[in-house]
Amino acid sequence: MSYKIVASQCTGCSACEPECPNKAISEKDGIFLIDPKKCTECIGFFDEPQCVAVCPVDHTCIIDKSLPRYQK
Amino acid sequence: MEALKEPGQGVIARFSNLKGLTIPVAPHKGCGSSGGSGKSSCGSSAGSGDLPSEIWEKVKNHPCYSEEAHHHYARMHVAVAPACNIQCNYCNRKYDCANESRPGVVSERLTPEQAAKKVLAVASEIPQMTVLGIAGPGDPLANPDKTFQTFDFVFKAAPDIKLCLSTNGLALPDYVERIKDFKVDHVTITINMVDPEVGARIYPWVFFRHKRYTGKDAAKLLTERQLEGLEMLTQAGILCKVNSVMIPGINDDHLVEVNKAVKSRGAFLHNIMPLISSPEHGTVFGLSGQRGPSAQELKALQDKCEGEMNMMRHCRQCRADAVGLLGEDRGAEFTTERIESMEVEYDAAKRRSYRDSVEIEREVRKAAREQELLTLAGENSDRKILVAVATKGGGKVNEHFGHAKEFQIYELSVAGSKFVGHRRVDLYCQGGYGEEDALAGVIRAINDCVAVFVAKIGGCPKEELRKAGIEPVDQYAYGYIETATISYYRSYLERLKNGELVDIERGDAMIRQGAFIELSAPAGQAA
Ligand code: SF4
Ligand code: SF4
Repeated sequence: MSYKIVASQCTGCSACEPECPNKAISEKDGIFLIDPKKCTECIGFFDEPQCVAVCPVDHTCIIDKSLPRYQK
Repeated sequence: MEALKEPGQGVIARFSNLKGLTIPVAPHKGCGSSGGSGKSSCGSSAGSGDLPSEIWEKVKNHPCYSEEAHHHYARMHVAVAPACNIQCNYCNRKYDCANESRPGVVSERLTPEQAAKKVLAVASEIPQMTVLGIAGPGDPLANPDKTFQTFDFVFKAAPDIKLCLSTNGLALPDYVERIKDFKVDHVTITINMVDPEVGARIYPWVFFRHKRYTGKDAAKLLTERQLEGLEMLTQAGILCKVNSVMIPGINDDHLVEVNKAVKSRGAFLHNIMPLISSPEHGTVFGLSGQRGPSAQELKALQDKCEGEMNMMRHCRQCRADAVGLLGEDRGAEFTTERIESMEVEYDAAKRRSYRDSVEIEREVRKAAREQELLTLAGENSDRKILVAVATKGGGKVNEHFGHAKEFQIYELSVAGSKFVGHRRVDLYCQGGYGEEDALAGVIRAINDCVAVFVAKIGGCPKEELRKAGIEPVDQYAYGYIETATISYYRSYLERLKNGELVDIERGDAMIRQGAFIELSAPAGQAA
């Protein structure tokens, strides 16, 4: 699986972008997106997903259940 | 910019001197009282007399730090730092933050290049602009590259502009070296507590070194990093101001402790601001009904903390993208589109000549004040009164009552006229609310004053003010505030003596809730 950003909640603050160890996060028209092909759920890097930990709005960076779980 | 060329060796010496002093602090005496040289370390409101010359050099043209300078000089902030690394209960990152200079997401956001161009454009048009600050909308040090790149551009193009930044302090110890390298000489740290128990009620979490901390752990980490950063900065000779938001029932009494902690670490100014909170802001405090302090509660705390360290009382909690003299927001004149299309020519000579003329004006004003003070020499009343003044700058009574967006409050006593704060009011002349409601709002905001000084006032509001026990005073129109107020005080004492006036206690006053509004915004509550 991958994390995704709920666009309607994102403030565009950019805090998540530099924290992602996989450079999976980018900006488009003021809001931020996660590239599911790059996101590893931070597995192998950190104990908690960095985008979730830094995001100022709760439930904005969430797991995308439509995708299969990330395999190392 | 003398202060920039010499990064304050004198100040280093000053603070290390202070370190060697044992400052006796009685446990129940408010914010400590000390004798001797301690007093001179932290003045700001009284002009040069109170400050060592190296510090006066640094702050004299800084509208945020010097009460005297904010009549003549202006600062601007550019919103280049959107990310934040902590969460505060008085902040909702979806909206502009009313408490600190944080314009949230709805406001324009600039790249470092755009920001630098904007700064130069404003500086060319407004010679009063002497300070560039970066305060948000998030935390400047959570966006270090954007912040320092902006400073670098501006420092190279316009070295006469002072640079400052405001931070929550969490990342501060990591950046003190860079702050020094970029010759940033003023830093403001927001410190609301030094006790994690208190902090846990203000900060739900902090993000530090790849981890989110909550509760007391978060607050403990934050306070340690803040105090460490403060010490590092003052040791490096960088001026530090501390901002605290006064939250009744949570940290109001505790701020006396905070005052001691920051003073002992070399902060030169402590600015206690009222919590601004209402449900429309959508903040945790707004929604929980946490109230802000009344004007009297705020003043009482500021007085308690004054001791040897002067408090900053003229802070208007301006927005981070504000342009213009403090309180007067000209941001709308300098939109990104306008800046993009502008040919910016930076006129250093014009700016210098403006500063020279201001220096002359300040001397004249000082002389007038001293002259007027002499007339109080024979008086020995212990009566203190508050008066409100409508001014648009220059240290003069020069604003029409109906145009005033705020009033400056002076405390008058036989010691003279002392600036103690300002009160924002909704524009009385603008529509949106009924005129009567607006006037009632003004009266509530200055209800603790015996008089209001104006350049001009209509007959109807005059009558209403009188009924509310506030004397409208227009005979000092366009005069210097200090001269006018001292002269008024003398006649006030006179009238008390001959029975013309009856001395009655004034009540408390309200602190207006909501962010400072721009001229273009509708009058009333800015959500
Ligand atoms: S979970 Fe980790 S890897 Fe995935 S987008 Fe967030 S920060 Fe990047
Ligand atoms: S941290 Fe959250 S609010 Fe900020 S840009 Fe990322 S997803 Fe959006």
